Amino acid sequence: MSDPVVDNAVPSGNSSVAIPTDISGQILDLDEDDDLEVFSKGTTLTEGSSFNASMQTSPASMINQYKFEEEEGDADTKDIFVTVDNPESFVTAIETYVTYRVMTKTTRSEFDASEFEVRRRYQDFLWLKGRLEEAHPTLIVHPLPEKFVMKGMVERFNEDFIETRRKALHRFLNRIAEHPIFSSTDDFKIFLTAESGELTSHKKQGPSFLSRMGETVKAVAASVRGVRNRPEEFTDMQEYVEAFTQKIGSLDKVSQRIVREKKEHLEELKECVPIYTLWSQSEEELAEPLKSMADCLDSCCKETEEQVKEHNDLLIPALHEYVLCTETLKAVLRRRDNIQADFEAKTEALAMKKADKDAMRDELDKMEDRLEWANNALKSDWTRWQKVMRTDLRSAFVDTAERNVNYYEKCLAVWESFLHSQRTEAEGNGKVDCS
Amino acid sequence: MADSGSEEIAVIGNTDLTPSESENNLKNTMVEKGTNLLKRMEINVAEAEKRTGKNAVNMQETYTVYLIETRPVDAASEGTNPVPDSLWRRYSEFELLRNYLLVAYPFVVVPPLPEKRAEFVWHKLTADNMDPDFVERRRVGLENFLLRVASHQVLSNDKIFYSFLTEENGWKETVFETGFQAKADSRLKALNATFRVKNPDKRFADMKHYGDELQSVISQLLRVRARAADRLYGVYKVHGNYGRVFSEWSAIEKEMGDGLQSAGHHMDAYAASVDDILEEEEHYADQLKEYLFYADAVRAVCRKHELTQFELEMAAQDLTSKKQQREELATGTVRTFSLKGMTSKLFGQETPEQREAKLKMLETQIEEGEELVKERNTECDEYVKSAWVDIERFKEQKDHDLREALISYAIMQISMCKKGIQVWNNAKECFSKM
Repeated sequence: MSDPVVDNAVPSGNSSVAIPTDISGQILDLDEDDDLEVFSKGTTLTEGSSFNASMQTSPASMINQYKFEEEEGDADTKDIFVTVDNPESFVTAIETYVTYRVMTKTTRSEFDASEFEVRRRYQDFLWLKGRLEEAHPTLIVHPLPEKFVMKGMVERFNEDFIETRRKALHRFLNRIAEHPIFSSTDDFKIFLTAESGELTSHKKQGPSFLSRMGETVKAVAASVRGVRNRPEEFTDMQEYVEAFTQKIGSLDKVSQRIVREKKEHLEELKECVPIYTLWSQSEEELAEPLKSMADCLDSCCKETEEQVKEHNDLLIPALHEYVLCTETLKAVLRRRDNIQADFEAKTEALAMKKADKDAMRDELDKMEDRLEWANNALKSDWTRWQKVMRTDLRSAFVDTAERNVNYYEKCLAVWESFLHSQRTEAEGNGKVDCS
Repeated sequence: MADSGSEEIAVIGNTDLTPSESENNLKNTMVEKGTNLLKRMEINVAEAEKRTGKNAVNMQETYTVYLIETRPVDAASEGTNPVPDSLWRRYSEFELLRNYLLVAYPFVVVPPLPEKRAEFVWHKLTADNMDPDFVERRRVGLENFLLRVASHQVLSNDKIFYSFLTEENGWKETVFETGFQAKADSRLKALNATFRVKNPDKRFADMKHYGDELQSVISQLLRVRARAADRLYGVYKVHGNYGRVFSEWSAIEKEMGDGLQSAGHHMDAYAASVDDILEEEEHYADQLKEYLFYADAVRAVCRKHELTQFELEMAAQDLTSKKQQREELATGTVRTFSLKGMTSKLFGQETPEQREAKLKMLETQIEEGEELVKERNTECDEYVKSAWVDIERFKEQKDHDLREALISYAIMQISMCKKGIQVWNNAKECFSKM
C-alpha cells in the first residue's frame, strides 16, 4: 500500500495530510482494528507464522528465561524509560483523532539509538496489545484504557477523558517495558521506534484476515469442546479470578460512590458560606466572628475539592485498571484451557487413527510442548502479576490514606486558628470562657 | 410626660397585677439588678417519662412529662445535699407558662421554648416526638428555658413562674384566674393586624427589621446544615462498605490478607464515628434554633411598641378632630366637610339649645380625650423605656451566646478532624503492610 493512509502520524499543526485515494485501505484498517479485539482473545499460536523474534527459540529455552524474571524490573537495573504525553487532536476530512507522543530513552543494545520520539494513536496501542497477546496467549498483558466510555456521555475529545486515557496509556507502556518477555519483543521495539509509515507496513505483515478467521473458528471449537483434565492449580487460579473480580468490582463501585457523596456534601457546604456572610452584615459585635466562620468554611470547601480531585485522579483509575485486568486474566485462563483442549482432542484423534500415526505423533509432541510452555508461562506470569497487583493497589490505598490525613490536617489548622482568634478576642473583651 | 411621683404606674397589658406586684416589677427593672431567682434556687429538668391518660375529649393519648427539680442554693453549699423538691410537667404546661409571661410582660423578650415538632431534620432523626433523642434534646431545651426565665430580672420574680416550679396541683387554675387569656386574644389580634404608625421609634423599627433578617438567615442556615449533615453521613457510612469488602478480599489473598483485614476494621471505625459527630452538630443546631425563636420574640416586642404608638396616635388624632369640631360649632364656620354640616345646611340650622348641648358634649369628650392622650403618652414612654432596656440585655446575651456557639462548633470540627487524622493514619499503616 503505497498511498498515504490516515494512520500517518504527521507532526502536529500540519493539516495538509493527503487524502487517500484508495478507500479500501481504510476499511480494512478499521476492520482490523475492531477484529483485533476478537482475534486476540481467541487466537492460538500459529506455527511458523510468528513475527516475534523470541518465538523462534524452543519452548525449553523459553522456560529457562522465566527463571531470570525475578532479577528484572528493579529500579536500578531499569534500562528503558518510556513516557506518553502531549496529546494532540488531528483533523482530516474523514475523521478526527488524538495522537500521543511516545518518548523512549534506553541503553539497550538492540535499539539503534538511545532516544526515540514518535507519535501514536489509540489504535496503535490496541494493535500492540493484540500482537503481544497473539504471540503469548498465556501471558498477562496490562489492560488498555477502554475504547469508549459509555457512562456520562463523555466525548472522545473531552480534555479530562484524554488526560485520563493518556495516563492509562503511559502506565500500559511502562508495564510492557517492565515485563521481561514483552519488553524484548520486536513488536514493542517497532512500536517505540518506527516512523508512522514503517509502523503501518509492519502492521500489515500480520497473519492475513482469512487465516485469523480460521484461528478464531478453531478457538471457538476448542472452548466448546472444553478441557477434560485441568490441573488443579489452574482451577484454583480460576476461582481466585472470580472472587477477585467481585471484590475489585465492589471496591471500584464503593470508591466511586464515595467520590459522589463527597461532591454532594461539598455542594451543601458551599451554600453555607454566603449565608454566614449575609448574616455578618446584620450584626455588629458578631460581624467579625461570622465573617471569619464564612472564611473557614470556604477554606474547608477548597480542601474538600482538592481531596475529591485527588481521589479521582489516583484511586479511581488504579482500581479501574484492575477491574479491566480481570477480563485479561479470564481470557488468559481461557486460552490456556483451549490449548489444552486442542491437545486433548489431538491425543484422542491419534488413539483412534491407524494410518499417519507418525506424522500425527510429531504434531502431538509439538502440541504437548506448546501446552507445557503455555502452562509454565502462565504460572510465572501469574506470580509476577500478583506481585505487581499487590504493589499497585497497596500504593494506591496508602496514597489515599495519606491524602485523607493531609486533608484533615489542613482543615484542623483552619479551625484551630479560628478558635484561637475568637478566644483571644473574647479574652480581650473581658469575657473569658472556659471550654 | 410621666407622673413622676407615683408608684402606681400601670404595667402595660396587665391590669390585673395588684399595685404591690406592679411595684415589685418596677423595682426589679429599675433598682434591684441581680437578685434573681436563680441566685437563690437551683433548677433543673432531670428526667423525662412517658405517660398515658385521657385528654380533654376523653381519648387515650400518650405524652411525655418532665421532672422539674428545685433546691435552695444555700442548702447545697452547706454540704447537706438534701433531696430536691420535684414535680412533673408536660410540654403544654410550659407553653401555658410562656403564653402567660408574654401577656404579662409584653416589654420583655421572653425566652423561647424548644420547638414543638422536630423541624430542619436530616434523614436519621425522625420527626417523631416520641423519639428518645428528640425527647432528650427537648429536656435540655426546657431546662434552658427555665434557667433563662429564672435569671431574668423581671421574669424571675413572677409568682406564677414560682408556683410553676413549686406547685404541681392547681397551678393551671391559678394561671387561668389571672384572666390573661382574654388579654392574650386581644393582644394576638392586635399584633396580627396591619396598621400604619406615623412616628415609630427608629430603634424599634430597626430592631424589628433585624429580627426579620435574623429569622431569615438562621432558617436558611438550618436548612442547608441539615442537608449537609445528611451528605456527611453518607460519606462516612459508605466507607463501611470498604470494611466489608476488604475483609472479604483478605480471605482470598495470602500476603495481603492481614493488612487488608486490619485496614477494614479502621474503615468500620471511621464509618461509625459519624454518629457522635452529628450528635454534637445537632447541639449547634439547637443553639441556632433558640435564636431563631428569639427573633420572633424580639419582633413581638417591637410590634407591641408599634401598637402602643399607634393607639397614642389614634387618640391624638381623635382629640384633634374633636377640638376642630368644637371650634366649628363655636364659630359657626365649617372649615372641613362634614356630613353633619351638610345635613344641617340642607335641613336647616340647629336651634341654639341643640348647639349648646352639642358643645357641652364635645367639651366633655375633649377633656376625656386629653386625659387619654396623656395616659397613652405615658404608656408609650414607659413601654419604650422598659422594652429598650430588655432589648439591650437581649442583644448582649445574643452576642455572647452566639459567639460561644460558633466557638463550640469550631471545637467540634477540630475534634472531628483529629479523629479523621487518627483513623487514616492507622489505615495507612495497615495498607502499607498489604
